[in-house]
Order: sequence, then C-alpha cells, then structure tokens
Amino acid sequence: MSIYTEQEARALLEKVLSFSTADECECNLDGSTAGNIRYARNTVSTAGEVDNVTLSVQSAFGKRMGTATINEFDDASLEKVVRRSEENARLAPENPEHMPLLGPAEYVEVNSWHDSTASMTPEQRAQMAQNSIAPSKENQLVAAGFLNDSKGFSAIMNSEGMFAYHRATNVDFTVTIRTEDGRGSGWVTRDYNDVSQLDTATASAIAISKAKGSVDAKEMEPGKYTVILEPAASVTLLGNMAGAMSQRAADEGRSFLSKKGPDGAAPAEGEPTNRVGEKVFGEQVTISSDPTNPIVPTPAFAGDGAPVGRTVWIDKGVVKTLPNSRYWADKTGVPYQPTAYSGGGLFGGGVQLIMEGGDKSLEEMIRDTRRGVLVTRLWYIRQLDPQTQLYTGLTRDGTFYIEDGEIKYPIKNFRFNESPIVMLNNIEELGKPVRINGSMIPPMKIRDFTFSSLSDAV
Amino acid sequence: MDRRDFVKLTGIGVGGLMLPITGRIVSASELVGANMDFAAKKALANIALEAATSAGATYADARVGRYLNQFITAQEKRVDNIVNTESAGIGIRVIANGTWGFAATSDMRPESIANTARQAVAVARANSKFQTDPVQLAPVPGVGDVEWQTPIRVNALEVPIKDKVDLLMEVNNAALDNGASFITSVLFQVNEQKFFASTEGSYIDQDIHRLWAPFFATAVGAAGFKQRQGLGNPVGMGYEYLDGDPAEQISVQGANVGYRWSYDMVKDATDAGKQLQAKLKARSVEPGTYDLVLDPHHLMLTIHESVGHPLELDRVLGYEANFAGTSFATLDKWRSGNFQYGSDIVNLFADKTQKHTLGCVDYDDEGVRTKEWDLVDEGILVNYQAIRDQVHMIDQDESHGCCYAQSWADVQFQRMPNVSLRPNTEDLSADDIIADVEDGIYIVGRGSFSIDQQRYNFQFGGQLFYEIKDGKITDQIEDVGYQSNTQEFWNSCVAMAGESDYRAGGSFFDGKGQPSQVSAVSHGCPTTRFNAVNVINTARKVG
Repeated sequence: MSIYTEQEARALLEKVLSFSTADECECNLDGSTAGNIRYARNTVSTAGEVDNVTLSVQSAFGKRMGTATINEFDDASLEKVVRRSEENARLAPENPEHMPLLGPAEYVEVNSWHDSTASMTPEQRAQMAQNSIAPSKENQLVAAGFLNDSKGFSAIMNSEGMFAYHRATNVDFTVTIRTEDGRGSGWVTRDYNDVSQLDTATASAIAISKAKGSVDAKEMEPGKYTVILEPAASVTLLGNMAGAMSQRAADEGRSFLSKKGPDGAAPAEGEPTNRVGEKVFGEQVTISSDPTNPIVPTPAFAGDGAPVGRTVWIDKGVVKTLPNSRYWADKTGVPYQPTAYSGGGLFGGGVQLIMEGGDKSLEEMIRDTRRGVLVTRLWYIRQLDPQTQLYTGLTRDGTFYIEDGEIKYPIKNFRFNESPIVMLNNIEELGKPVRINGSMIPPMKIRDFTFSSLSDAV
Repeated sequence: MDRRDFVKLTGIGVGGLMLPITGRIVSASELVGANMDFAAKKALANIALEAATSAGATYADARVGRYLNQFITAQEKRVDNIVNTESAGIGIRVIANGTWGFAATSDMRPESIANTARQAVAVARANSKFQTDPVQLAPVPGVGDVEWQTPIRVNALEVPIKDKVDLLMEVNNAALDNGASFITSVLFQVNEQKFFASTEGSYIDQDIHRLWAPFFATAVGAAGFKQRQGLGNPVGMGYEYLDGDPAEQISVQGANVGYRWSYDMVKDATDAGKQLQAKLKARSVEPGTYDLVLDPHHLMLTIHESVGHPLELDRVLGYEANFAGTSFATLDKWRSGNFQYGSDIVNLFADKTQKHTLGCVDYDDEGVRTKEWDLVDEGILVNYQAIRDQVHMIDQDESHGCCYAQSWADVQFQRMPNVSLRPNTEDLSADDIIADVEDGIYIVGRGSFSIDQQRYNFQFGGQLFYEIKDGKITDQIEDVGYQSNTQEFWNSCVAMAGESDYRAGGSFFDGKGQPSQVSAVSHGCPTTRFNAVNVINTARKVG
C-alpha cells in the first residue's frame, strides 16, 4: 500500500509516537506511486512504474537530534526505527540552532487530488504518447516526449500534538518535435493535478507549429533586444532568484538583498541588514505564494508542520517578506516565514510562485509589439554572479523575430547574459499568468534583454 | 532531487550538484551491516527472471540493489546534518513483443518480485502497440557467477562519525581563520551494492565505493562578496583519499596547489581563505582574446560538457532530444572519417577501467564487461559511447559497456563513461606550459558552465584566475568567463603537460534522462593550453 488515507496515516504515526522515550519526537510518512512513458524518434523508448513509502523519525534529547527511517510497518519495525533515531540523537553533537517542536495548528483545506490521475494505466499513457506521435508523423516530423503521472501523500505528526496531512496527484508532459533534417525544433510543456485537463495532441500542435516555423533561421546580431519571454522561458530565472531570497543570507551580507552601510561597510548596529521595504524591482512586479490557489495548490503546511497561508514576497516592486528559518526569525525578532512543504522525500520539490500579470494572451502581446524577439524557453541556465543574480544560458526550440505585430521569421538561438533583477526592472508589459511547473507566471515583454553571442544549435 | 533542492538542504548557493535520495534513512550502525549473501540475491533475481519469461518476455534482467549514502554537512562552527540513507529493492527490465518494459519494487518478498516482473511485461505489451522499431541487442556472453569490489583501503562508512565531524570542523576553522566569512563543507560517501542477473546467464555482484568532500567558502568585503569552492576531486576511492599525502600535490609557480589521488582538505581550505581575500581586491578582467592555460580541476568540466555529452550516441540519435538535447557530432561527420574535432595533438578516450575514477567497474548495468576505447584520435572523431541496444545503429556489434541506473528503482540506460584527454608523451609540467605564454590567463577550478543543447556554443568560468605575462603568473584577477564553440576550441589546443601532471576530476551528480537520473563520472587530463579564446567580463552592475 503506497497511499495512506488521513485516518490510516494518523493511526500509524500515533503508534510510532507511542514508542518514543525522547524529549521530542517528530515523524514524517511519505508515499507515492508514479508511472511514466518516454518516446523518441516517433516511437516509445522506455516506460516504467515505481512504488515507494518512507517513514522518517526524528528524536531529540535537548539540542541533540537524530534521524532514522524505515519502510516496513509492523510493530517491531516501528519500535526499532524509534530506538535507532534515539540512539543517533545521543551520538550527535549539540546543534546550537535546534528549535523546539511546534504544537497543533489549524490548516486551510486544499484540494490537489484527482481520481482521474490516480487511476492512470500503462495503456492510457501509451495512448497519450501516441496522440503526440501520430500528428508528428503526419507532418513528417520527429517527436521525443515524456509523460509522468504520480499520486502521493505526506503526513507529519509530533509529540507536541501536531498533525498535518496532504495528498496530491500530478501529471507532467513535455514534448520536443523536430524536423527530419534537424533544422527546425519546437517544444511544449504542460503540468496539471487533473490529467483530464491534459490533451497531448493539442499541446503537441504547438510544438509542431514551432518546429515547422523555425526552419531557415536567420542570424541576428547579439545585443540588447526587446523580448517576449513565454512563461517557460522566465520561470527558472524567477525560481532561482526566489531561491536566493533567504533572510539569513541577506542579513549575513551574502545576498543581492544584503544592506550595506556607507562605503560598503557592514551596517551599523541597529541599522537594517537587508533590503526588506525597498523597491528593488519595477512596480508591475508582485509575487506571492498561496497554498489555496485553485490552479496550483500546495500543502498548507511547511516541513515542520507550521501552517502556511498566502505570503506576499514582492509587492509592486517592493521586497515585502523574506523566507527564514524559525531559528533565524527568533534571533532577529521577525515573524517566521515558512514555505509550503514541497513534496515527499527528504527535500521535496520546488517553491510555488504566483506572479501577477495582465489580461492579454501571448498572441495579443505579440500583436502589440513593433519589434522584438519571442523566446519559447531558456536552457542550461547557470549563475555567473550571486550578488547581481547574473545568469547565462541559451534560447531553445523556437526563437522568432517579431515586427509590426507579427512573427516575421525564425532566428538563430542566442546565448544570454542577464539578471532577473534587471529584467524585472525593464518590464514593458505582463500578460495573463498561466500554470508552469507548479507556478503561475505571465508572459513578459522586457526591454533591453542582453544576448551576448549566437549559437548554431537547433 | 534536483540541484535547487540540494541547495535548499545545504544552503549552498553554488555548484552543479544533485543528490538522489530514493530511499530510507538508517542509523550509522546499520550502514556497515553485512552485504546480502550472493546466493540469496541470486535466488531473488531468478524469481524475477522466471516470472518475466513465463509471462512472455524474450529477455529479462534483474538488479537487486542496496544503496547506502552518508552525508555530513557542516556550516561554519556547527554540524548541520548527519544523514544516513539506505535504499534496497529490485528493478526488473524486460523485452516483450520487441519492446522494453520496466517495473521496480522495494517489497522483496517472492510474490511481490514475481508480480513486479509481470507488471514490467504488461508495460512492455501496452507500449508495443505503438512500437515501430523492435529492440535489437548486441550479443553479450553470460559470465556465470562473478564478484568485484572498488579497490579501497578504508571504507568511509566505517570511519567513526566523530572523526569526520572533526575533519569538517578543522576545515571550516582553517578557512575562517584565513579570510573566509562563511563556509559550508560536505562529506558525501556512497556505496552501491548491486547484483545483476540476466536471462543470458550472468550473475554479477559488485560493491562500489565513491567519495566526495567539497566545500564552498564565501568572504564578505566592502565591495560585495566572493566565493571559492574546494579543489578536491570526487573519486572512486575510500577514506584514504583524505590522507593529504604531499606526494600527490602539484604546485604551480605563483598560483595554486592541485591534488591528484590524495587530498589535503585543510590545506585547501586555508588557501581558499587567503585567495578569497585576494579575490576581494583583485582587478576585473579586461575582455578580449587571450591564450588560456586550463588546469585539470577546471578542464575536466570543459571535457565533460564539450566532449563527453556530444559523443553520447543516444543524444546523437535523438533519444534525448526532449531533455538534454541532441548533438552537433552527427553520424555523417563520424562516417566521413575526417571530421577534425580538435587539433592533431588532441586524443580523447573513453573508459570505465581507470583505477580510482568514478566510472570504474568491472561490468556495466546490463552485464557487459567494461573497457577503454578511443573517441577522438589525433584530432579526428572516431567513435561514440553506446550500449547493447544502440551499437547496431553505428554498424558495430559490441556494446561499449556504459549502461547505468542510479538505483534499483530506475531503468538503466546509456550514461557517460570516463572521458579523458591523453597527456603529452613528453612529461612537461604545468609551469612548462605557462612559461611559453606571452599574454594569457591561467584558470583553476570549475565555475559556472553553460552549453547549448547541441554542444556548439559554451561559456565557462572558474574558481581562480591568474594573469600570465611573458611566461609568468602575475596577478590574481576576477570576473573571467570564456565563450567558444566546441570544434573551434579543441582545434585551438596547442600544448599540454605530461603524465605526471595528469589528474582526474569529475562530476558526482551528472544529470540526464526522464525521469532524471544522476551518475558519477571522471575526466582525466593534464594542464592544457588553448590559443586565442574569447574572454568576457562577467561582472555587471544592477540596481
């Protein structure tokens, strides 16, 4: 059994806690069943199914903490795993930053589960792949794609009476469709909680159109251009920047949000050490997280069981909130700002970002652009400088020149060297946000985006 | 787990790091428990092979795996995390109706194994409906019962935790006492106990050990902050790699110390502290064209990105088109027999046999005996990296032996073997190479790296940059990145040091595939010179 109901998870974790003799004990139970299919060269290449459930027990004596985990659930195994975590805790050095456990809390309701996704079969996956392969073949194109669906749950309980439970289904689909001679390439990505929203044929039609449209790309000189970044092109840059917004790193002087004193010296005692409250980005920029967002729901609790509600990180360009740990919040006297528990396992997945935008579709934004470059996606993004958040990477799978509201012709891919901070200060217009990789991101029209060289890659 | 999650775990904001955590955490004492008996694993594997065959599979292999990891993370004066993980289970791969199917389970009771084997056959049958090219496997002889272990002197998992914590504390203090403001140090220890069985009559038990001890130091100054990573290599060795044997250090006049098959982590952290202070004061590079001298701790990653990846046959053929990408090194270029990948002193070879490397094993994950082969011979592209179901597409009938899965729960596929640059037959030193350069830059350590999906255009940084004037290293400089095109770059290779300068760096967590899997791979090379490369300045002012 890989998926426990709330009642089953509660009963199991209560039994685990009954074996504890430590000062504090916290348990996490995570399970999932995942299936996938992969295809390339217009045929299925690999496919598989994997089941996993993990129980992790963390015990503490004072500030000494130990962890042990098991995937057998008979009484003897449950007692054994508690004893092992206690043994590890007694061996560990004291962690001066250890914080006491949280008590019970109320959590908002979130619906992330869809039976449609939970009941997927190998036959369904094969058909969904075929729905993408067949139109590619009809167009003398070559498809390579990947479909992954999962159902999973996470539960947390501790000796202070806290209990939280969340279950979710997810499906992710990407496909790259290329011309047979390799001169054109298009790509599309979709992710949902409910697989009935996913039509692989409709999605593939976008990749087909970009593949055909990107043949005979012309060279444009590298330089600064107005660009329209599709949501898939900006989501990684924004996620990387958000990941670097830790309050602690800022306070310690090692972040783009660190506050300097006069002449670059450390701020004087009592002066602000970070840039919360400052306008760092253009005023169109508002970014928040919200577990109850109906399109991109997440658990309403953090990894330590703290309730998570809507949090505004950036409001009209002003940095409002920086995520922190309970230790750092306590030390600096600011409220604890947790982020939602991001999935099973030890480390979970990404952080959900909800960026506000306008009402226009991507097509309408193109129509209203006199000259610019449309970017489908960015690839191999790597940081060049953490203090400016300067990144490099390349455009891929559909880069087009726009003139007088129309896509004029495909252009060769560029390498970019740009910072999301600069980007978010150069916004011309934001379109209607769409779901992408679990976040809501609008298409963005940005001026003076820096392309530094050309690439021959298609 | 992707890089972002690792960053979240450790608070490290640098490095292309990934760590697969598919299993359960276990106590320290449990980690050193005995490996499962050969006969017991053979019995479990046979259940899978028989169930698959009975269900109609024409080929099946089963991998019974136990994967142990321990990693310890220390920040400044405190230990952040000591995590022991164990993951055990069985992965079953089959061919039915000419189509691959795969299923895996952690439940190793006989009935569960048989069900999982039947599920793998069901997946293959479902997919065969739309399969157009039936799988063709290159022949591999069954080898019967064989065993192999990474040659190690000290099993890192058996070293007391206190000794490891003490080492990381000493490392952190050395950096903090010498100029660093912050440091995160990590000790990764990996043990893969994997048993492979196939319907072709092989039962191969391998016990594989790997180690990596990176650190990430930061200094904060008036003008901002600078970072410097450790220069230790990830290796296929035991804890003896951390002995700090001075005979394994290679010094370069006026610059750094490099490490061969032994690492002095405390010395490197001490150097890092001092070099960070120098970085804070260093002048920014003037962009332009320079002759570059690349040290092995840096060049390994350039080889990885610009040679290792483009010569993976699955990329060349389009199997990775949807994720990692394809390759500029197309079949017509290889078939021409005269595609000049590099200058005529460039000899690049692949292997899974070099002792102490991350790729070193006796058999790959589909039971093929490993070997060494040439990829680029005197500058000419001569071969690719390929496995059993691919070699027929390049008119060959023998797998290269580079199939790998990150765990029992993942299907095996073609992964990069070690890819290395042969040293000069004349045993020149790094100093000899630098002595001939009039106006150049010496780059040490791996920094930011980015390359397009067909591996033409790349941009790489480093950890330390030194100006070379008239054959001598002068000042430490900053903000260096170089942009080039793979073929142009390797054709600008004009000189390299010899065998005694040869070192193997590597990538502990190289990502590929969907679902993404990591693998560990080494790249050996000597200090090497490339002429007239475009250098950019990576500093920029932002609001």
